[in-house]
Amino acid sequence: MFDIQTQLFEGKDIRFGPIDHEKDPEIESKWMHDSEFMRMYSLEPARPMSAAMVKKSYEKLEKEIEEEKNMFYFTIRARDDDRLIGKAQVNRIEWSNGHGWVELGFGSADDRRKGFGTQALGMLLRFAFSELNLHRISARVPEYNEAAIALFRKLGFMEEVRRRQALDRDGRRWDLLTFGLLKDEWSKQAEA
Amino acid sequence: MKDIYTGELTRLIVLEAKEGAKAFARWDRDSEFKRYLDSGAANLISSNKIEKEIEEDANENSPRSYSFGVRALTGDAMIGVVDLFVYNWTGRDAFVGIGFGERDYWGKGYGADAMNLILRYAFTELNLRRVTLNVFEYNPRAIRSYEKVGFRHEGRIRQALNKEGKRWDMLFMGILREEWMTSRFQN
Repeated sequence: MFDIQTQLFEGKDIRFGPIDHEKDPEIESKWMHDSEFMRMYSLEPARPMSAAMVKKSYEKLEKEIEEEKNMFYFTIRARDDDRLIGKAQVNRIEWSNGHGWVELGFGSADDRRKGFGTQALGMLLRFAFSELNLHRISARVPEYNEAAIALFRKLGFMEEVRRRQALDRDGRRWDLLTFGLLKDEWSKQAEA
Repeated sequence: MKDIYTGELTRLIVLEAKEGAKAFARWDRDSEFKRYLDSGAANLISSNKIEKEIEEDANENSPRSYSFGVRALTGDAMIGVVDLFVYNWTGRDAFVGIGFGERDYWGKGYGADAMNLILRYAFTELNLRRVTLNVFEYNPRAIRSYEKVGFRHEGRIRQALNKEGKRWDMLFMGILREEWMTSRFQN
């Protein structure tokens, strides 16, 4: 289905790009004031950051990527105007085991429910399996993130772990799920 | 108030950077031990470097990492280590890790005793809501021991490990505070 000529970082409506230290911090700072996005994206307590803080966090991130060598980070951009709409990463890679974790998110509600997630996750999986040659991919998802669960299932992931009541949000306990996809399963799907 | 650091067979002690690092550097040379402890590639690290890591952990401003050495009640030597990593304070969940580098203390209940101590610490001192662990498919002795302590199976990351040319699953197990309280009451 894919060949060397098929672009890795170009999708139908979206593309992966590098971080833009000048323009991106302001946009990401806006996302971080949206508690719904933050609670879907991260297990850390939601807490907004200023554009200056976001800019610093990019520098920290890039230093970590260089030192640890177990992480790949992409910004997700709209094809038509290259504006920042989300972020995607493969991280915590264990090279000896061929195992990595994915995370992705779209900052603004206007960019959700448009099929961008399906395109971005598809591109991320192709990158993980046929560029990094990983054997399997995992994703950690809170029970309350129904959109993410639907997306991972759609791309063929299987629910593998359910950590009972591992999260406490909005005054109640929620399970923390892990979804997994093996390279074989992905290849069969990609051929079909 | 109870002495929360003393069990039936073992005692939790401070993990001294120097003593701990020397022990780790020695234990890591036992690759079977290391492969039970960590999923990454086995490696040999100097005690100097390990010492720095232990010190950094201990000096963290908002502590997420609680590490202890384990001693047998009958002796003075450090026989193992047990630690809690609170990856999510708001969810009050932590990962527990346990390793006994001294092989004389394998399969005799010392590990389970130290695990009971760290669970008491997790649930009655840190007031966590649950404790999680990872164990590898090729370590059935540990799996049985965790089941006996009261951990429940919560799933498996299929083929997460590649060792000796074979793929192995990584298992997740967990215990809730209520489950631990109930089992203590029954005993």
